[in-house]
This record gives sequence, C-alpha cells and structure tokens, in this order.
Amino acid sequence: MTRTFPNEAAGEAEVGAAVLEVRDLRVEFRTRDGVVSAVNGVSYAVDRGEALAVLGESGSGKSVSAQAVMGLIDSPPGFVTGGSILYRGRDVLTMAEEEQRELRGRKIAMIFQDALSALNPVFSVGDQIAEMYRVHEGMSRAEAHRRAVEMMDRVHIPSAAERYGDYPHQFSGGMRQRIMIAMALALGPDVLIADEPTTALDVTVQAQIMDLLAELQRENEMALILITHDLGVVADVADRIAVMYAGRIVETGTVRDIYRNPAHPYTEGLLRSIPRVDQKGKELTPIAGAPPNLARIPSGCPFHPRCPYVRDNCRVDVPPLREVLPGRHAACHYAEEVLS
Amino acid sequence: MSDTVARVETAGTPPGPVTEDAAGRHASLWGDAWRELRHDTLFVISAVVVLVLVVMAAFPRLFTSKDPRACDLGLSLRPPSAQHWFGTDILGCDYYARVIYGARVSITVGILTTVAAVVIALVLGSLAGYYSGFVDSLIARVTDIMFGVPFILGAIVLLTVFSSRGLTQVVIVLVMLGWPTMTRLVRSSVLSVRDMDYVKAAKALGAGDTRILVRHITPNALAPVIVYATIYIGIVIATEATLSFLGVGLQLPAISWGLMISDAQYRIADSPHLLLFPGVFLSLTVLSFILMGDALRDALDPKLR
Amino acid sequence: MSDAPLLEVRELTKHFPLTRGVVFKKRVGSVRAVDGVSFTVDRGETLGLVGESGCGKSTVAKVLLGLERPTSGAALFEGEDIFTMSRSRLRGLRREIQLVFQDPYSSLNPRMTVGDIVGEAFAIHGSVVPRGERRGRVQELLEVVGLDPDHVNRYPHQFSGGQRQRIGIARALALRPKLIVCDEPVSALDVSVQAQVVNLLEQLQREFGLSYLFIAHDLSVVRHISDRVAVMYLGKIVETGEQADLYDNPAHPYTQALLSAVPVPDPDAGGERIVLQGDVPSPANPPSGCRFRTRCWKAQDLCAEEVPELVPRSTVHPDACHFSAVRQVLR
Repeated sequence: MTRTFPNEAAGEAEVGAAVLEVRDLRVEFRTRDGVVSAVNGVSYAVDRGEALAVLGESGSGKSVSAQAVMGLIDSPPGFVTGGSILYRGRDVLTMAEEEQRELRGRKIAMIFQDALSALNPVFSVGDQIAEMYRVHEGMSRAEAHRRAVEMMDRVHIPSAAERYGDYPHQFSGGMRQRIMIAMALALGPDVLIADEPTTALDVTVQAQIMDLLAELQRENEMALILITHDLGVVADVADRIAVMYAGRIVETGTVRDIYRNPAHPYTEGLLRSIPRVDQKGKELTPIAGAPPNLARIPSGCPFHPRCPYVRDNCRVDVPPLREVLPGRHAACHYAEEVLS
Repeated sequence: MSDTVARVETAGTPPGPVTEDAAGRHASLWGDAWRELRHDTLFVISAVVVLVLVVMAAFPRLFTSKDPRACDLGLSLRPPSAQHWFGTDILGCDYYARVIYGARVSITVGILTTVAAVVIALVLGSLAGYYSGFVDSLIARVTDIMFGVPFILGAIVLLTVFSSRGLTQVVIVLVMLGWPTMTRLVRSSVLSVRDMDYVKAAKALGAGDTRILVRHITPNALAPVIVYATIYIGIVIATEATLSFLGVGLQLPAISWGLMISDAQYRIADSPHLLLFPGVFLSLTVLSFILMGDALRDALDPKLR
Repeated sequence: MSDAPLLEVRELTKHFPLTRGVVFKKRVGSVRAVDGVSFTVDRGETLGLVGESGCGKSTVAKVLLGLERPTSGAALFEGEDIFTMSRSRLRGLRREIQLVFQDPYSSLNPRMTVGDIVGEAFAIHGSVVPRGERRGRVQELLEVVGLDPDHVNRYPHQFSGGQRQRIGIARALALRPKLIVCDEPVSALDVSVQAQVVNLLEQLQREFGLSYLFIAHDLSVVRHISDRVAVMYLGKIVETGEQADLYDNPAHPYTQALLSAVPVPDPDAGGERIVLQGDVPSPANPPSGCRFRTRCWKAQDLCAEEVPELVPRSTVHPDACHFSAVRQVLR
C-alpha cells in the first residue's frame, strides 16, 4: 500500500513553491567534553527546479543540517533541539516514524562524498539499485532489474546491461558516484541533497558529474541542495547560495549578486583569498585565523576574531540575519559597509 | 619586528581541542589518556583491585599473619568462622591465608609471562613489520606454524615433559605458546605506523633505521600492545589456574588458586567454601585485568582528528 | 649567477612490480607509474607539476626524496646525479632537498612535541647546530612560519590544520635546503586557510631564495604560485611551459580539457567546457603510442603507433601531441 501526501492527490505542486524548507533548525551534540552546537538556527528553502548551494568550510555545520533533514543524525550524541523541516509545507520532524522513512529516500534523496563507503561492497551495483524498486514500489525481480539498467543508462554508465552484475570496487570513482546518483534518483525524488559529491574526484571527472547532475535536475525539475566548500563549483551550478559559518547562515542571495558584491565579511574574505585559474598575479588576501571549534564558538558574532571590519559591539551582540538588499540577507552589523 | 608580529597575527590562536590543560603545555597523548582514565569509574575500580592484588602478592603479610602452611589436621574442613575467615581446607590449613598467598603465584605468573612475551613480540614484530620482504615472510610463517598448535593441548603436552613443575617451567611453556599472538599484534601495529607520513618525513631528513624504530614507530605502535598485554595478564592467570586444576600446572606444595579449586571439586556439597573463595578471587582478578585493558583501549585511541 | 639548473631530471622512470603469490612472489607485470619524465628547476623558481590522480606526480616526489628507488633515469642536483651518490653524499643531500607533505594530520608524529619535530633535523645532523643553540633555532623557525615560539612544548593535536602545515614547513626549512618539494601542501586545508599557507610559501621563497617543486592537482593554486608548469598524464609529461603561456595558450588536448574543467568562482566567466569521455586507463596497461588517445577527440592511427615527443610544435612551449594546436579554453 503506497502512502499519499496531501499535495500529491491534488496534482503537481505549484511552480515556485518551496519544496523543502528548513526553519530555525538547531542541532547539538552532547559529548564528554561538552555540548557542541553544530547548527544554530539555520533557515533556508529551495524551490522546484532550483539549485541552492550551501557553502561552508569544515565545522560550518552544512553537512549536519543536511543530515538532520535526512534523519541521519546519530542520537545520541546528536539531537535536533529546535526548528522545523518542511516538505511541501508539512513538518517532517512531527511526522510519525514510518511516514518519515517513507518520505526520506522516496521524495528526498541524498548522495555523499565517498561513494565507496555508501555502496554495499558485497552486492552488485545493479542489485542495489533494483532493491530500491523492489522494496519501495513492490516491483517484481524482472521489472526491477529492467528499471535498474534503465537508471544506469540514464546516468551514462557505458554498457549498463553488462555491468549490472559488477561490484562497486570494479568501478572507478566517477562511475561509483554515478551509481550512487542512480540509486538516489531511482524513485524520482523531488529534492536531491548532494553532500560534497565531487570533492574526492579529479577535476575532469568532477566536471562530468556536475554536468550529469545539472542534466538530471533539468529533466526531472528537481530541487537540488548542493553542499560544498568549492566556490568554483557553486558558481557553475547554483542559482542561489546560503553561506554558513559556525553553524549559522551568514549570507544568502543569488549567485550573481553575492559573487559580484558580497555583503558579509566572511564571504568577501573567501572570494578574495582563492586563486583563479583564469587569472594570475593577483595577491591572495587570506582570512586571518582559523575556523572556530564548535564546542567553543566565540561570543557575539562568531566571525569577529577574524573579521577586518570588527567593532566593539561585534564581540557582544549576535547579528541577526537581516535583509540588506531586496532578496539578499546578511548576518553582519556592518553589512552596508561591506557592500560599498 | 612588525613583520614577525604580522605573521603571528595571521597565524591566529590555536583553537585546539578541549583537552588543553591550564598551562597549555605538556598535554601529551599519554597525559590526555591519564586524565580521561582518572574519570572512568570502571577503570578506577579495576585498577584499585589490581593494585590490591599486586600488593597482596608482594606483601601477603599485610593481609594475614597466619601461616598458610601451619596446618592442624584436627581443624579439617571447618566452615568460615571468626578465627578462620574463609574456613579451613582438608588438611586444616587456614583457607584465608592460602587464598592470599595464592595471589602471589597468579600475579607472578601473569606478569612474568606477559613481560617476556611482550619483549619477544616487540623485537620480532618490529623487525617483521618494518623490514618486510624475507624477514617478514620468515617470521610470519613461523608465527603461523605456532598458531597451528592448540594452546591448552600444547601446554599440557609440554608440561608433562617436566617431572617437577614449578613457576619457571609454567612460565616458560606459557611464553612459548603465547608469543605468536602478541607478535602478530605488534607486527600489524608497526605496519600501520610504518607508512605514515611522519615516518617518511624522518627518512627524508636522513634518519637511520634505529632512530625511526625507536623514536617514531615504537611509541606509536605501543598503544594496542599495552591494551592487549593488560588483558593478556588476565588470560595467563586464568590459564595457569586451568592447567593447575588439570594437574599439569603447578604441583603441591605450591599454593595456587587452580590447585585449590581442583581439590575443592569433590567436596562442593559439604564444603562449598573450598570452591567459593578461590573461585571468586580468581574471577575477580581476571575480570579486573580485562576491564582495565578495555578502559585503556578507549583512552589510548589516538586523537588525531 | 650560475645558469645551470638547480635540479635536472632526465628520463626518470619508476615501475612498480605487480606480483602474484603468497610465499614465492612471481612478477606478472608492472605499474608504470612514471615513464620517462624530464624537467628542470632553476634556482629561486617554482615549477608546478600538475595532473590528476594516477598521473605519477607523487611518485616523482618520492623518488626524488629517496623514499623510492627509480627504475631508471637520472636526477642531477647541482650537476651531480643523486641516484648514483654514495651514502655519505646522500646524507649531505638531505640538507639540500626537503619535503612538505599533504596531510597535516599524519605528517607530524603525534607523540613528539612540536619542538622535537622541528628540531629533529638538528638531532640527526648533529654538526649543523650545536646542542645548546638548538632550542633557539627551533623557536626562530616557528616564528618565521608565523607560529608562537612559546608553543615549542605543545603537541600537534593542539594545533589547527593550517598551523600543523606551518609546522611541517618549519621542519622542512630547518636545514636551510635549496629545494623544497611540496606534495599537495594545501589540498587538505580549509579554503580560508589555504591562502595563508600559499602566501607563506611565497614569502619564504623570497626571503630564503628557495626553489619549489610544487606538486598539486588544483590548477588554480598551481597557476598562482608557479613560474613554470608541467602537466602530467599517466606517467608522462604532456605539456610544459611558462605559467602564463601554458594557461593562456594550451596546445595539448589533455591540458585543454583539464583547464576547461576547472570551475571558476565567477558566474559570468566565459570559456568553453570540454568534457572528456571515459575513464583514465590503468597505469599497469597504458595505451600504446600516445597514452591520451583513448579519450582524445583528435585521435588517429598515428597516435596508436608513435609515441609523441615532448617538443615545441604549434607554439613556443613543448607539448607531446602529434596534432597539437593552441586552443584558448579559459576566458
């Protein structure tokens, strides 16, 4: 018996409505050494057909927020202590356990950085994809097999039918990533969360995979949440960005706006510190210091120890994420100064 | 030196994991482990028990003034009483004293065997793990052959060769059968350390093999060995008791918990105290070492991240 | 000012044997990790060695540092072949060529203090610095790389990734080497910290007249720091030249594809995108003739028959393609 969701019966969701929205999400980890606030009131939304990049470095909380959406946080020691995760307007966190599981995997899917550890080494790749169909849609073995080969074709795995029975270790890194994408997209989800999908891949393979994701997103009008630290990949693929630092969103806006004129000192610092393959001779201006330890987040604005614009109130008052220009938000007391 | 100041500023303050102590210095991995262990209840309890047992083994007189060999046949098989806390055995010897003195044998066998096995293992395991090639193959194959010998059976066979079996003979046999496991552990530990970048860095600096083995490999390969060695002491103690129980370990007049349990087995119905006390002490001893080893393993996990 | 290059590598080759069998190992083939690589590094310059995984660039570093023995070829350091040097000469060479590693977490011995790590060089080569002065020198080195000299007694795990990398650099500088081989020194660091370390390396180069062999897969970083660049594919150099010339006028199809694939942090960036098909062939069984031919859109019969030499063809700098043609793929 398949379950229905409120809007499914009514037909297609209206174009432009947020398919997935995270509101004021808070996640903590209670460890021996204290409480680590990995996600501190994070809100972002992604529409149908849109690609949102969640940009941040290690310790920014970007991966944890995505894992919370997918229910992958190990509890203990991790706990979702606040906020809501709205899928088509309904809060996933308040749903019954079974409903949540139905949702995750079918409607919201996730792919990870390391395909080798995400794939089961003792089953053939074809079987792993086919299993999605057998378990979730009750298909017969033969039908599931056929659909799996079809999926493998769609992600451009050459000689898909012959390679159905091969095992994960027999594929290259890029191919394994494609298989993981095939598994994630098998049931036609509305939202795909990609957590650093190409970080471990060579740059030519990375280009192939990002192209594939863009193609599949267009075909299925999927919403894509891309979690990454790579400013280049973001510029290529994303429509909008949410920049994360120390478990908070510090800036949001369209890719074009932010890259041309960042409103937060952290974003500005990042853009100034990365070398570009099409330019030489520019001085790299690094950001001083290092990303903070999430068990000891600095008081006030978490970026203040490294900020070139820092003033006294930055050490005390946490800047709220406010609208600084139409469609653009930044969490900085002096965003206007950064913008000019 | 504004240049230097500028550089220091760019470096920023080290965020550091929360294990920094007040002074911020000398927070070595051993120091960190110790701090963590101090708060682990299980470790503290088992360590205290082990400590008590070691003291018991070294200075039995602190626990009892009675002589375990001063036996009065007239007092045979008395149940526990005010004069004899653990009662008496068939020869009328004070059982409490015998149990206390029994600790000496167990602890001594446990520690001597383990130390000897660790020394052999460190030498052979390091050579095998570090040099690979022919040396490794040779040591590995010998180790494999030794693994083919069933432990208890082999111990029994070897021990029956000796007409008089004392501490030395038992220790020798246990070491002979125990070194392969330890060696294999050291070898795999060394193998995992050998390919680390910091070893390559030392080689690139021009360090010789000795320096690398002593300064870089051994300290980092030691943690799993220490953990296993602690547990191994417990295993050895249990094995000695088993062998003595079977009659192929220590012989009378040695005082061993195993021998005492062996004597007690026919009298369980009327004199359960004969089995109970050495049994409890033996179990407690073995358990303490194993728990200590367990706690050590958790604490010594390298905090590289 | 001597004109001779500091380091001259000639036809360096390293094959790793593939064996089968447990006790008696039989050689069934070899992984041709590096196959006839030649390049030079001049005094005070940075040569960037770039390529994707499996191209052999890390193996080149290991062989030059004496961590692997070459199968054949020569490497002349100040005119002398390091592969034929005596043990005592090699020991002296350690002071001239040093290495900075990729992983800041595994490149420092977790059980040694930072002072011991940086000062190990002095302990090994006792004659360089007298015992009494060693601590002072170590503190100086820490300062030079931007760390607090009072942290001499701290342990690596008390430092962040970027700081650990600085410790590794201080260690490499201890013996005042002439050449430092940097094997992916910033890839494992956070983006905001990478620039700090890159700037530090450039600053040290100016201050101490160092030469760098900078090995990396990140083409943007390599462009920034290098004077000249060599592109490797499957054990061979396919193109090399001055940094600006190579990036602006790439002539080899692989270089063009590689450059076009690098994402630029600018949504308005122009440039074309060449997407390569297929996977990198196994280095145990590389294609005959030109190794890139299996993925190359220009491949013809000649490419399978004849190995292309690394010589200038369609432009000023050398490349190894029978049908070389400059194509500007970046904006």
